[in-house]
Amino acid sequence: MAERGMGLDIAELEMMAKRCRRNIVRMVYGIGAGHPGGSLSAIDMLTGLYGHRLRVDTNDSTWGNRDRFIMSKGHASPGVYSILHERGFLSESDLWTYRKLGGRCQGHVDMKWCPGVDFSAGSLGMGLSFGIGCALAATLDGSDRTAWVMLGDGELQEGQIWEGVMAAVHHEIGNLNVIVDRNGIQNDDFCETQMRMFDVAEKFAAFGWAVMEIDGHDMQQVVNAIDWADQVIDGPACIVMHTIKGKGVSYMENNPKFHGAAPSEEQFNLAMEELA
Amino acid sequence: MSAPSGGGASRDGYGAALLEMVGDDRVVVLEADLGKSTKSCLFRAEKPSHTVSLGIAEQNMMLVAAGLSTSGYVPFASTFAIFTERGFEQVRNGIARPNIVVHLCGSHGGIHTGTDGSSAQSIEDLAIYRTLPNMTVMHPCDDISAKALTLALRQHERPSYMRTARNKVQRAYTEESAAQLQIGKGYVHRTGDDVAIIACGVLLNEALDAAESLSQQGIEATVVDMHTIKPLDTELIVGLAKRCGAIVTAEDHSIIGGLGGAVSECIVSEHPVPVERIGVQDRFGESGGSDELLEMLHMKANDISKAAQRAISRR
Repeated sequence: MAERGMGLDIAELEMMAKRCRRNIVRMVYGIGAGHPGGSLSAIDMLTGLYGHRLRVDTNDSTWGNRDRFIMSKGHASPGVYSILHERGFLSESDLWTYRKLGGRCQGHVDMKWCPGVDFSAGSLGMGLSFGIGCALAATLDGSDRTAWVMLGDGELQEGQIWEGVMAAVHHEIGNLNVIVDRNGIQNDDFCETQMRMFDVAEKFAAFGWAVMEIDGHDMQQVVNAIDWADQVIDGPACIVMHTIKGKGVSYMENNPKFHGAAPSEEQFNLAMEELA
Repeated sequence: MSAPSGGGASRDGYGAALLEMVGDDRVVVLEADLGKSTKSCLFRAEKPSHTVSLGIAEQNMMLVAAGLSTSGYVPFASTFAIFTERGFEQVRNGIARPNIVVHLCGSHGGIHTGTDGSSAQSIEDLAIYRTLPNMTVMHPCDDISAKALTLALRQHERPSYMRTARNKVQRAYTEESAAQLQIGKGYVHRTGDDVAIIACGVLLNEALDAAESLSQQGIEATVVDMHTIKPLDTELIVGLAKRCGAIVTAEDHSIIGGLGGAVSECIVSEHPVPVERIGVQDRFGESGGSDELLEMLHMKANDISKAAQRAISRR
């Protein structure tokens, strides 16, 4: 019988997030490529979701009545793989297949390759729409399962996102919750230089979403926001979490270079010390 | 007049098939504001609970359909053929790549669409969807065959793209003959040993007319409705190449990459014989009546007859 979350308290969730951070850096260092920055900004929320909230069955990743988690910013795959390992979908050795031929841990999260992954991402802008489909299906089924979608802030520049934002309100989709990882950095540079987005929370609110803003690295706030989103049932809810790209590794923090780059050996050793 | 009176338009067959599926609670229908045109409106009127209207937003529609599919539903999503192309990358990455069973229907395909002009006349849809692994690509010719093939999709375990046409044409099928249709198998309407005309969509009638006039000149043509462009019925095509030694393809689509391209690829690899391709010659359409456009673009029965003679002479 699948339960919600893993019954962990805040301190245990924080410890789990730290273990995930170590594995994120190990995966990226091990293959010499990947996306550490957006994985490290998202990992506290991923820990909150899998450790506190999502109802999934680790013995049956295809269980039809599981909650769905859609990682729309699919490049943050090391973050997803690290939490799927903690939740029991992946072994530790699976993690070291990241980006390797035949590996479960493909470069971008892929439902056909990795147990526990609900959506094949990699092209930004698509996950919200997919989540809407999952949520509509749950309603048609009369099920209480919920769809959770994580978007990057740079990803909001894709037009399809706003098609979905409008549709979710029009259809009053209450079993859909979105988290925006507002880390302020995208591939080339800071979002502010690439395409300014101003007040993201205000934008969602203007479309009619219930919105909450939090510090995405404060586990108590993360858990509270998840519980809040669950209570919003008359329409979609959006958690805008303010985060630091590369959070936890000093030289990666708020550094656009580590959106999609691996650390050197020296940098890797420093990261392991900082995350000890 | 852009359309002959009577007969049936393939889009009507799509709508009729959806209507026949209202009893199946697994079936969901998605629209992007053009339900009156694609004929999904018929399903919506009967079963609004299982119809999702998504506004003029095709990219979103593709992935909403994918999400519904992975949750156990069988989505049929439609808009104009040309506007499905706006969501091409969504189809590529969100549907075909993970092999999610979504049935996409693009209506108003081809220059036969007529007076709306070139912006509405998709002449490249069959080509682009054919390049995607896992996709099934179809283009039935009339309402009866479109209905039969749409109903067959309900049990089809791969994503698909079906192009339908706006205007009515003379029917090539009866309920009885349409019952024999299978996805991926061409249907032989007429048999002859001198040349094989492989057609799809609204050009099937032109091909049948061409075969009639060729027969009066002592040339006997086989005419195939190749309603499924992918997976292509290569066994049938290679057999015709061997038996007739000359092939003509006919489609309301660019001669690049569609039925003509697919048949040519097959023939080149398996049994090279002369192939002539009737279709839109690497240009865009324009406003006009359907028949006027077919004539201007050299896609009428007499153009197919001449192409058959060219193919035979090159043998």
